[in-house]
Amino acid sequence: MNYKTVLTVCPYCGCGCGMYLPVLDGQLGQPIPDKTHPLSEGRLCIKGWAASEHVVSPDRLTQPLVRTGDDLKQATWDEALDLVASRLMTLRDRHGPDSLAFLCSAKCTNEENYLLQKFARTTVGTNNVDHCARL
Amino acid sequence: MAGLVTAFGSGAMTNSVPEIEEADCILVTGSNTSENHPLIGARILRAQRKGAKLVVVDPRHIHLAQFADIYARSRPGTDVAWVNGLMHIILTEGWEDREFIAARTDGFERLKEKVAEYSPERVEAITGIKQGQLREIARLYAGAERASIVYAMGITQHTTGTDNVLSLANLAMLTGNVGKRGTGVNPLRGQNNVQGACDVGGLPNVFPGYQQVTDPKVREKFEQAWEIKPEFKGLPQEPGLTLVEMMNACAEGTLKSMFILAENPVLSDPDVNHVREALQNLKFLVVQDIFLTETAELADVVLPGSSFAERDGTVTSTDRSVQRMRKAVEPPGGALPDWEIICQVAKRCGGNGFEYDSPEEVFAEMAHLTPIYGGINYSRLENEWLRWPCSSPEDLGTEFLHHDQFAKGRGLFTAVEYREPVELPDEQYPFMLTTGRQIFHYHTGTMTRRSPSLAREVEQGFIELSPYDALQLGVQDGEKVTVASRRGVIEIKVKVTSTVSRGLVFIPFHFAESAANVLTHRALDPVAKIPEFKVCAVSVSRGPQPDVRCD
Ligand code: SF4
Repeated sequence: MNYKTVLTVCPYCGCGCGMYLPVLDGQLGQPIPDKTHPLSEGRLCIKGWAASEHVVSPDRLTQPLVRTGDDLKQATWDEALDLVASRLMTLRDRHGPDSLAFLCSAKCTNEENYLLQKFARTTVGTNNVDHCARL
Repeated sequence: MAGLVTAFGSGAMTNSVPEIEEADCILVTGSNTSENHPLIGARILRAQRKGAKLVVVDPRHIHLAQFADIYARSRPGTDVAWVNGLMHIILTEGWEDREFIAARTDGFERLKEKVAEYSPERVEAITGIKQGQLREIARLYAGAERASIVYAMGITQHTTGTDNVLSLANLAMLTGNVGKRGTGVNPLRGQNNVQGACDVGGLPNVFPGYQQVTDPKVREKFEQAWEIKPEFKGLPQEPGLTLVEMMNACAEGTLKSMFILAENPVLSDPDVNHVREALQNLKFLVVQDIFLTETAELADVVLPGSSFAERDGTVTSTDRSVQRMRKAVEPPGGALPDWEIICQVAKRCGGNGFEYDSPEEVFAEMAHLTPIYGGINYSRLENEWLRWPCSSPEDLGTEFLHHDQFAKGRGLFTAVEYREPVELPDEQYPFMLTTGRQIFHYHTGTMTRRSPSLAREVEQGFIELSPYDALQLGVQDGEKVTVASRRGVIEIKVKVTSTVSRGLVFIPFHFAESAANVLTHRALDPVAKIPEFKVCAVSVSRGPQPDVRCD
């Protein structure tokens, strides 16, 4: 039996409550509030308590999907990534960098958002970068 | 955010969350805090038990209103008017902080002239807030040693959103309630990393750390650090499109392709029918997410990313606290960490500088280029609590901003005129619709509706209708009604409640099958470009109405 708890942050609202995620033999359990956390001081709201549930949902995407006609079909990473790269670059070359736009995510980490805007600005060459926080 | 940048030089929450408990008076407006930021809501109530006065101004009688020392019901979209009214009273009574105004701010005379026009009588006529109540609020707020303002999207999601924020900033500066503990102007961020996404350059006009893309010196710094290939002739110089502008550009055909990282604009954006059509108009749409969201269903390629439990990295909470997220389990099947996917795409597009071994390396590069994060690194985050700005390894971070001076030097008062919401009720659409969230769900419900214990609590969308209007329409709690606006029609169950007043209806936006944002419109705040979700006109009729169509 292999048990560990990992300290992380609730994925929901901006309160940033601290929680431990228990993992038993690779299986994710329900969050445990972090008693010493300066923002949440050992408490979570109902969303926080349920934060593991969506992770183990059977609806999770587990493979890239590529459109063929009306359907999205499973594809390998190489197929999907090559398609993305070639289409993005073709459109950019044909219509200019500002014909592409990128939406960052308030659900992703600082590192991920940093990388996406770096990609947009350096590789594509556009400042068309925004996110949904205006909403 | 634009409002606070103009007034103070920084758009973030001025004070930290724990400081709320040190306030003597807390003014909550446009934030249903106990439902949307439950643990901050709990802290506000704790502050009240310690003796703070709680004032709530909101069109809806929200949960916190039940406990408030004063609850004032304002008409939606009239925030500038009542805040000007408060300042009018404060100045008439001589309750302003003259020393603070003289030492730290500009623009006071113009403000004074403007708010002189907002007598309590006039404000009552505009906002519906009784003069006596307004006076009492002014007395509590201005009389407190430390007064704190807490707000959220109920303030920003208007065509006058920037004006609303400027007004609140005016109020805080007028009374010297900024730049010290337990005070401030505090916008609560709706999602886990809204603050961080802004901080690291997820905006069309700034690089990481709010460094302007239009500033040649800034561009040069990033060009060198990012080793821009010569054939690129430097980084783009003009600010890009904002979200709603992007959607319009899709519809017009000037945008050809979008890459959407874990967002679901098909449900979250105003006038979703327009958004759907706009995205379908693209030549190529990429969505990276953990579920097949309504937006991903429209994509040409869907890339499976990781959930919060499967990733390492950092997020920045609403009060600027930078926190580590840590990976607990592996992503399912072939899903990958999002940072790896983005690097893969970038490299295959010929991108330079996307060879990282870990998020820690990404963070180090970012912190190096982002002065407000400059002193933060993963090892410090192991045992220190850091709020930005934190510029050097010795810097212990910043609990509250604008201590000795404002981020921009001197604070700026802006004289703000009240403007009516763009769409007001009329004969055909007699109700005012406002939208928002509720406690069991989060944003578009992508995650929460797939969580059995949350979905069980509230499975379906609903419309809040006042008992008076329910009686007039002859509808009962739980019955279905048809709600129409100039943009769309939905069918939805009724919840009869005195949370809303006569003529006002509320719909939470989490539910795809009865999406509130079918009804909302795209009118934008001219500065912040935030859509006006909070006010539009609708009609409500009993039962399904097959012939109700939008015009
Ligand atoms: S536990 Fe609740 S209050 Fe805390 S961050 Fe999560 S959603 Fe927000």
